[in-house]
Amino acid sequence: MPNTRPTFTRALDNLISQKVATLPPSGIRKFFDLLSSIEDVISLGIGEPDFVTPWHIREAGIYSLEQGYTMYTSNSGMPELRQELARYLEFHYGVSYHPEHEILVTAGSSEALDLVLRAIINPGDEVIIPDPCYVAYPADITLAGGKPVPVSTNERNNFVVRATDIAARITEKTKAILIGYPANPTGAVMSKKEADAIAELAREHDSPIISDEIYARLTYGVEHICFSSLPGMKKRTILISGFSKSHAMTGWRIGYVAGDRRFIQALTKIHQYTLLCAPTMTQMATIEAVRNGEGEVEKMVQEYNRRRRFMVKRLNEIGLPCFEPKGAFFAFPSIKATGMNSEEFAQKLLLEEKVAVVPGTAFGPSGEGFVRCCYATSLPSIEEALRRMGRFVRRSSRRSK
Amino acid sequence: MKEILEILEQNGRATPEQISAMVNKPVGEVKKAIKQAEKDGTILKYKAIINWPKLEREEIWALIEVRVTPQRGVGFDAIAERVYQFPEVYSAYLVSGTYDLSILVRGTTLQEIASFVAEKLAPLEQVQSVVTHFLLKRYKEYGETFRLPKETNRRLPVTP
Repeated sequence: MPNTRPTFTRALDNLISQKVATLPPSGIRKFFDLLSSIEDVISLGIGEPDFVTPWHIREAGIYSLEQGYTMYTSNSGMPELRQELARYLEFHYGVSYHPEHEILVTAGSSEALDLVLRAIINPGDEVIIPDPCYVAYPADITLAGGKPVPVSTNERNNFVVRATDIAARITEKTKAILIGYPANPTGAVMSKKEADAIAELAREHDSPIISDEIYARLTYGVEHICFSSLPGMKKRTILISGFSKSHAMTGWRIGYVAGDRRFIQALTKIHQYTLLCAPTMTQMATIEAVRNGEGEVEKMVQEYNRRRRFMVKRLNEIGLPCFEPKGAFFAFPSIKATGMNSEEFAQKLLLEEKVAVVPGTAFGPSGEGFVRCCYATSLPSIEEALRRMGRFVRRSSRRSK
Repeated sequence: MKEILEILEQNGRATPEQISAMVNKPVGEVKKAIKQAEKDGTILKYKAIINWPKLEREEIWALIEVRVTPQRGVGFDAIAERVYQFPEVYSAYLVSGTYDLSILVRGTTLQEIASFVAEKLAPLEQVQSVVTHFLLKRYKEYGETFRLPKETNRRLPVTP
């Protein structure tokens, strides 16, 4: 139970900075509190793989502890890991980064994003983001002293932000454009054509693109476009990624940034005063993941794909129309036909049928009318959850008549 | 087709409707493919993997190394067939190395396996020698571990 007694004195009240005090709590967090009070819930509200990290990677982590690798590493990350990362990026996307100067290993891509925003934003600078988007984008921009400028996306453009819509929001204060495809919460992927248009825009305005590609490896039937692989974009792109989603390593906290060497130097400055280095054990395990993890990644992707098709088909059948999400592990169905708003839908569904989904509004105002359903859950659970959701939708459509 | 089989290999009880949604093909097509696979022997059988150790059922397993003399024209196949036809033989493999056939034998008593080896297997004309290893514990079969599934959910119910 949250402590509701007013224990703060005025002095303590003033202790919290304006910026933090006015920062809205994550919409997901709010939902979490309600959820933890109910038992036997099937949760489609989780944003991480249900697979445990593949054994060979865990084993490498154990081995590193046995060998006593318990000290700090170089600020930028172990040289061996950075070499593997450079090789990995070259192999998958044909982009070459210098392992010594152009790659920084971070504690998760979350740290990476925070570093990047702090490194570029002067007070009042604007950063353009898609709406809806990952919950941390606007929050991290605000914390860095900047102003998030959301560009609305919708079903008609498959939740992919359009270059023309971005162009309309560019001002003198625009510092960068932050995009993340494949996307959380929508599962949208960016096609080559759309990426080219944004790249064109970035070249024209000489604006940097921060590209969060954490879900890059989870695409289904389409190839991921790495933003820095587009012509002339390597020097303008700040590439953020990691292994949490692709290698089921969320709890290890490992990510990286790749970009121009002066920029990486700036990031490293902040990183060395805050994190110092990503966890050593994790770095050792990640070397193994990058070297020998492909087989397991492919297996997991194949499994997600089956669940994805299953979920999308069933969602459409039960009357929650859903565009085909071709990446990540989320479906983003419309719940408008039920007459409820997203929050109401998610709350009632949880209370009446014990199925948790995340209201689209947790990811921005354009998420209204949608909910996020994660299919990184066992097939029997997905099946049961959708059965309950079907029952719920039928019942509420009767009610609204 | 391959994907349908992979799904069935993981879950023999997956229905054509479920499979159809997973592979994005019409139900009729999936049904037809399964029927065909059953008919042509691609799918041999549907079975359950039972966690017998959980019930503490008395059961004896032995892994037996068999050295045999291959025969002209048929190599190892004829003698292998004579061995694996015995119902006591659970699995049989031809292997490289210091012996030829590796067979897994299942019985209810030690005596049962001993007499199989002494009276049925060893006396075969082509069998040169046998080495019997009794299994002490089975950890994993068909990719499934015998450890009881853990109920604990490691994930938080909602994460960004």
